[in-house]
Amino acid sequence: MANISTNEFKAGVKIMLDGEPCNILENEFVKPGKGQAFNRVRIRKLISGKVIEKTFKSGDTVETADVMDTDLAYLYTDGEFWHFMNNDTFEQIAADAKALGDNVKWLVENNLCTITLWNGTPIAVSPPNFVELEITETDPGVKGDTAGTGGKPATLSTGAVVRVPLFVQQGEVVRVDTRSGEYVSRAQK
Amino acid sequence: MQTSADWRPSASMATLVQRAKLIQQIRQFFYARQVLEVETPALSHASVTDVHMRAFATTFHNPLAAKARSLYLQTSPEFAMKRLLCAGSGAIFQLSKAYRNEEAGRWHNPEFTMLEWYRPGFDHLQLMEEVADLVKPILFATAMAATELSATTIHSLSYQDAFLQVLALDPLSATLHDLREHCANLGYAELAAAECNKDVLLNLLFSQHIEPVISADAPCFVYHFPASQAALARISPHDPRVAERFELYYRGVELANGFHELSNAQEQRQRFIADNLQRQAMGLPTIALDENFLAALDAGLPPCAGVALGVDRLIMLALGFNNIAEVLSFSHQHA
Repeated sequence: MANISTNEFKAGVKIMLDGEPCNILENEFVKPGKGQAFNRVRIRKLISGKVIEKTFKSGDTVETADVMDTDLAYLYTDGEFWHFMNNDTFEQIAADAKALGDNVKWLVENNLCTITLWNGTPIAVSPPNFVELEITETDPGVKGDTAGTGGKPATLSTGAVVRVPLFVQQGEVVRVDTRSGEYVSRAQK
Repeated sequence: MQTSADWRPSASMATLVQRAKLIQQIRQFFYARQVLEVETPALSHASVTDVHMRAFATTFHNPLAAKARSLYLQTSPEFAMKRLLCAGSGAIFQLSKAYRNEEAGRWHNPEFTMLEWYRPGFDHLQLMEEVADLVKPILFATAMAATELSATTIHSLSYQDAFLQVLALDPLSATLHDLREHCANLGYAELAAAECNKDVLLNLLFSQHIEPVISADAPCFVYHFPASQAALARISPHDPRVAERFELYYRGVELANGFHELSNAQEQRQRFIADNLQRQAMGLPTIALDENFLAALDAGLPPCAGVALGVDRLIMLALGFNNIAEVLSFSHQHA
């Protein structure tokens, strides 16, 4: 891979650090009037998800990481891998449980997910911001509660558990924000 | 038409009005003390040898000369002002633009307003008092009554004490190994392992861990920097490990840098040559020495102290901002 210098570090640039691909979040220039200049950089490690601060001498170079995002449709899981397909080329790719992490609970067949590839291998999978899933289990709600103030836990078809208003019943399809894990509404019929 | 064109000022008009008042206040301070205002060239045929400084260069096509020549935008008016001192100017001050290539960020703009002044007969400690007299009313006028203001002193620490207090490390006796170990413990293992220059590691520790701590709540002077960071300051006659150089910090921001000025032309030439040797070792271009400046020192610089103060930063802090662009009419992105 190519090397890039600290002055090319900007938000979104991907570099290698400690053998792990990282995303640059912020780059601050620090220089005494008389003395060495430094770049204090905030970095998200893409595999562990950890955000760290690292200081470089200005002008130092690091290796870039071959990281790209691609939108693929979720097909199915064989228990060990989750299979995705490029709808244009029909090329398929399999992501493992580590790449999926917690997001496995938001996978819906045929939904387009953003897959982050490092050297061609999936390291992260981001579901759409909103998904619609069926409630497979929830307590019967109290009649007359339309304000949805209290709420109750509901288990969805993927195993995800979200809080829903009391009036929402088992068997209904609900819309959920995958970023916060919060109920949004009943699905439009 | 480009729709992304951004013609509006970086600072608000209200800020620019306050800025104008503060600039006027600075001029008044020096007029009241009979310090002469001077102007020196922004463009010079010579530049600085400082290994950490890069000047903007341009080409002068002189209509009366066959060959074009290089000219440099001044990184500070220091050499020209000292030539005035050598010519008998007495105390002088200048408010001017300084230009530094490869510097941009929250607290840096590649061109910025610098206040530089020289006091014949002062040493660095006397000049620190005058710096305090200038900046106190600017930084605290709205928060303090006049009597309280005059009673307030700006704290000062030697470079060595600052390190001892904050990091329990003696910067004057620490070996490269000690510094590397200290840096590694603070999370800079990789940088430190590859670094052979003690001053780079001292710069790192000082800028990241000391400046922000000692100047968090109140301005703080630091004086007697290591001799290896003397720049254009005299080496202390009492302790050859340190230079008679000071800096002023507030809220982690470096505001001013001052020297009890080196006046020995031979020693100055040696420092320039040493800079150029270091430049060669670092693969940087060497810089032609400013012979006019060296000749002036040879003719005799009166004993004096001088200081350069970042005016944009001072205004930024006085008005409670944390980004230099907020006090500039147009920051470099929109210039």
